[in-house]
Amino acid sequence: MIRKWLVLTAVLAAAGAATGCRGARSRSELTVAGSTSIQPFADKWAEVFMEKRPGLGVNVQGGGSSAGIQACKSGACQIGMTSRDLKPDEQDLHEIVVAHDGLAVIVHPENPVRAATLPQIKEVFSGDLRNWGLLGGADRAITVVTREEGSGTRGAFQELVMGRTRIFKGAITQDSNGTVREIVAHDPYAVGFISLGLVNEQVVALELDGAAASERNIENGRYKLVRPFMFVSRGEPTGQALEFIEFVLSDEGQALVKVEGLIPIKRGPSK
Amino acid sequence: MKSDMKGRGRNKLERTDRLVRLSLLVVAFSAVSTLAVITIFMFEQGAPIMFKYGLRSFLAGSDWYPTEKIFGLWPMIVGSLYVTLGAMVIGVPFGLACAVVLTEFSSRPVRRVIKPVIELLAGIPSVVYGFIGVVILVPFIRENLGGPGLSVLAASIILGIMILPTIISISVDSIQAIPLSYRAFGMGRAIGETMAVIMIAGNAASVPRSVLDPVRTLTSNIALEMGYASGEHRQALFATGVILFIIIMILNTVANVTSSRMKGSKG
Repeated sequence: MIRKWLVLTAVLAAAGAATGCRGARSRSELTVAGSTSIQPFADKWAEVFMEKRPGLGVNVQGGGSSAGIQACKSGACQIGMTSRDLKPDEQDLHEIVVAHDGLAVIVHPENPVRAATLPQIKEVFSGDLRNWGLLGGADRAITVVTREEGSGTRGAFQELVMGRTRIFKGAITQDSNGTVREIVAHDPYAVGFISLGLVNEQVVALELDGAAASERNIENGRYKLVRPFMFVSRGEPTGQALEFIEFVLSDEGQALVKVEGLIPIKRGPSK
Repeated sequence: MKSDMKGRGRNKLERTDRLVRLSLLVVAFSAVSTLAVITIFMFEQGAPIMFKYGLRSFLAGSDWYPTEKIFGLWPMIVGSLYVTLGAMVIGVPFGLACAVVLTEFSSRPVRRVIKPVIELLAGIPSVVYGFIGVVILVPFIRENLGGPGLSVLAASIILGIMILPTIISISVDSIQAIPLSYRAFGMGRAIGETMAVIMIAGNAASVPRSVLDPVRTLTSNIALEMGYASGEHRQALFATGVILFIIIMILNTVANVTSSRMKGSKG
């Protein structure tokens, strides 16, 4: 008797699961995965895109640039997001720049230092310049905060500021823009770098080489710390992926990220 | 006829018995085989790169620049040991004192309240400990002792508190004459903890020169960089896991040998 009940319950459960599945599948899914720097903007694009195209679901996931590229290569997602350039063994993927992002060097609001030159910033992060006094601030040691190896943001900073010089080993290392900002927001002697779009009232972005970290200065080319945000796909995107990318590149899609603090692609610096 | 029925009944009973025993064995074995699968996978992913770049440079190298294919784990090995040692230095005296009070100087009702409360400490998620560390302890160290605050000291204190419940219950049990061999558990928790440590240790991949310097542990090294790692960088993170695995095995073996020796000398 008990066994009969068990069997019946199992059958019912299976049937329920099956219909549940079918319910979910009637809405086709596009998966976009990768860089956690691009993720919040992709979420925004997906949200608006799905309002316009109720039949199509866009599933945005993080994981990091490398994970996104891997997932795209293996076919686990149709679009990968990367904030770093493709490595030689990843060159077979098709890439499209979807926006530009400024990098801000940030300090605590109480820190009197408001400007620096790029060579100075380079010395700070290489560990050669260790006291705020040398930059016109208090006579205190500089707490340098960096991102972890492999991060797209760190990769961009390395390329744009450090060149071949290494970020010194003693630097505090954090694994997201948010935690870097959090540390700088609470330590008056800290310096870090994050996405320009994520600078808020808790921190101050330094003026670099005489140009404030603003959208206008990025557009006119005076502020130099700019990196591309890219979508990658296996071959030319088709179908739903193409539809989503076209939306992202449209005036409406670009206007969305401008509100969120990114630099739209069409007026961005030429690459 | 009757005895025949009885016989058949016993047979049936034996069969069920055997069946139950077999299924229990399968379940028990699945736990063991999970461990085996994890171990094999980790070594398979992590070991080749260690031999490719040389075990020596992997263990003794003090530079960790994985994107430039420089994989020195020495700062992280030292970091893990410092932080674990620090946690024991802080956790053990407090834990022992608490256990002595619990077993020797407190009345039964008091014990009935305190012991569950201590055990509840063990149930607090590590991210909460990390958060408390970031909000209270790190600024305190930065303002009163100097340095960035995110440091060996901060990690040791928070870990010391996190291992208290384990230390206390083990000490209570051993004061009540239960074998000492579980002391390694407290150490295991300290060396393996990741979340709270990432939040408060600062994670600089260099050997700390004072307790106020930031430090990166082996577990933090894996968790920090796994998201973005690819290719050999990723393999090097698995290799980090292999090293951690071996260190924990060594610690456990040492703990077991010492405790059985102590038992031997007692008896």
